[in-house]
Amino acid sequence: MTLDLFLLQLFTGLALGSIYVLVALGLSLIFGLLTIVNFAHGQFFMLGAYVGAFTLGFTGNFWLSLIVVPIVVGGIGMLCERFLVRPLYGRGIDYPLLLTYGLGLILLELVRIIAGTQGVPFNTPRLLAGAVDLHFFFFPKYRLFLIFATAVILLALWILLEKTSYGLIIRAGARDQEIVQVLGVDIGRVWLIVFGIGVAIAGIAGVLAAPIRGVFPEMGVPVLVEAFVVTVVGGMGSLLGAVIAGLLVGVTFSFTSFFYPEMATLSMFVLMALVLVFRPRGLFGRAGVLG
Amino acid sequence: MAVKLSRRKLLATAGAAAAMSSFKINVARSQETPIKIGFPVPISGPYGTEANDQVRCAQLAIDWFNQESPRKAELVVRDDKLDPGEAATRTLELIESDKVDFICGSLSASVQLSVNQVASKRGVIYNSISQSDSINEASDFTKYTFHEALNPHMTAGAVARYVFGQAKGKKVAYLIADYAYGHEMQRGFRRVASEMGMEEVAEVRHPLGTTDYSAFFPRIQAARPDILLVVNFGRDQLNTLKQATDFGLKEQMQIVYPVLLDTQRIAGGFDPFEGVIGGANYYWTLEDEFESAKRLNDAYRAKYPDQGVPSAYGALGYAGVYGILKGVKEAGSTKTDEVIAAMESMKYDAYKGEQYFRKCDHQAVQSVLIIKAKPESEMRNQWDIFEILDTQPADEKFLRTCEELGHKA
Repeated sequence: MTLDLFLLQLFTGLALGSIYVLVALGLSLIFGLLTIVNFAHGQFFMLGAYVGAFTLGFTGNFWLSLIVVPIVVGGIGMLCERFLVRPLYGRGIDYPLLLTYGLGLILLELVRIIAGTQGVPFNTPRLLAGAVDLHFFFFPKYRLFLIFATAVILLALWILLEKTSYGLIIRAGARDQEIVQVLGVDIGRVWLIVFGIGVAIAGIAGVLAAPIRGVFPEMGVPVLVEAFVVTVVGGMGSLLGAVIAGLLVGVTFSFTSFFYPEMATLSMFVLMALVLVFRPRGLFGRAGVLG
Repeated sequence: MAVKLSRRKLLATAGAAAAMSSFKINVARSQETPIKIGFPVPISGPYGTEANDQVRCAQLAIDWFNQESPRKAELVVRDDKLDPGEAATRTLELIESDKVDFICGSLSASVQLSVNQVASKRGVIYNSISQSDSINEASDFTKYTFHEALNPHMTAGAVARYVFGQAKGKKVAYLIADYAYGHEMQRGFRRVASEMGMEEVAEVRHPLGTTDYSAFFPRIQAARPDILLVVNFGRDQLNTLKQATDFGLKEQMQIVYPVLLDTQRIAGGFDPFEGVIGGANYYWTLEDEFESAKRLNDAYRAKYPDQGVPSAYGALGYAGVYGILKGVKEAGSTKTDEVIAAMESMKYDAYKGEQYFRKCDHQAVQSVLIIKAKPESEMRNQWDIFEILDTQPADEKFLRTCEELGHKA
């Protein structure tokens, strides 16, 4: 394997990993702060792609769809939290799990009924079509943009959580909700917003993946599995873990594709098994998040 | 003697009366119960675009039959979800509770084998409309099995002979979906490749259901092939070509598909397909050459004005149902054995010139088109997407022999 081939395979893996990072991030954020395993996550990813496709269809503007999607999908997520998930708080982890599982099935069928079973086209925006010369190899512009966009979203999320007073409340709420409530913070609102943000990131991931994978009702199904693998590898509830593990899974997939293409899909599960053998809580998992 | 005579007369009269009345009952029954054709296809899932067009076209074959037949035919559509288990259940349901007379459909090698098993066990004629080699082989074939679709051997063979003959170099690489369809097509390509002295420089088998193919490309690019033979279907085909275009593969090699899908080019934008060569059972411009193609296209345009023209796989849905109903017409009956006998001996022109079912394996002997995706600048309208480069004629010499398939000659 020559150096340029190695680098090309690495970059391909990072671009793949970017999508994994984004879907796992939303899942991990919601789990880490609300202790809710969101089984509808893959369907919010799919909704993001559809909302993006329709925005693109109506306006012809890809950039606008990047703004509309998180607002609309995040909004739908907040409605789900407020009216469906909230009544189940304090009833154990399995209640919201079953609820979101059912919610996912309903969302999938709704999209099939409204938009058809066949999917809708989504072309790469003109500005990002084609490849760019990276000295060692040619690489598609859109995938470079994907890596860049993921970095921007990560940075924004980091600033929100670490540098704003709202982030302080969110983090405090995750540590000890009773104390935060005693201090006069409406913890219900915090959870509403966190759920919305987590779902909005899944939606953005969907619209970002659309020019590569296409838009169709079942697109979220494998994504849920991938997001879980990444979350488990990174450690349930750990945001840093989701980022590192997402890129790791992408790169593992990419290099396995080079040496043993038939095993590419299996590679992420092997990675997960290996990590769990040596670190049962994942790479960055905390003790007792599920207890 | 007189007594005898009168007895005989009596018997004859009674017999005639009995025959008359039973005939009357038959006529009455046939007018109220339609001929039902069960149609399991993967309406949801990655082959949904193709399956939906198969349903549209199959309905046209029903309309064609009903125009002149007193006993009407009816299509009973079921979603097999592209899953062999689901398909077996739906087929059983079609036979047991919907009481269908015939089965036609399915859009995957493994699904059609499962439908074939269920239908054959119940003694119901099944006309398959998707690619498979093994359905022709003695181990899977029964007298109830008919195969209207092309099979991988004849398709890959036709495409390979054309493409290898025109190639600039000898180096060939494969990107193959890792399941029966991919393996059978690759076997067809390899057979011709070794005959024509091609050199295989890379083989990548990707798991079925891959959404992102980019990680497989560097290995292929590093092998520097002249021709890349890609075998996958439905939405996977569009995604592969989209991503291959992004990575610049088309500038480095000629991409070739055994079956190039009009449905996907129309559904997913035109750029990704530009310059790609492949095989097909049908393309609508055949109407310039064949009356039957014109008849199908016109019926389609009239009934589905916003859908444009029938797709190649849609046309198979038409031909599959047409073949069965033509058999019913020829036999003048819906009795299984009589319809089988009629289908085995008939010549029919469903949609692209004369075809017939080979006696030993019930494979439809038919032409294979070699097509190339036009650049967008040369398209006159959104349906004008391919040009026909060549046609392999309908001839048994392009099929594996009956002996090779394990049938007694």
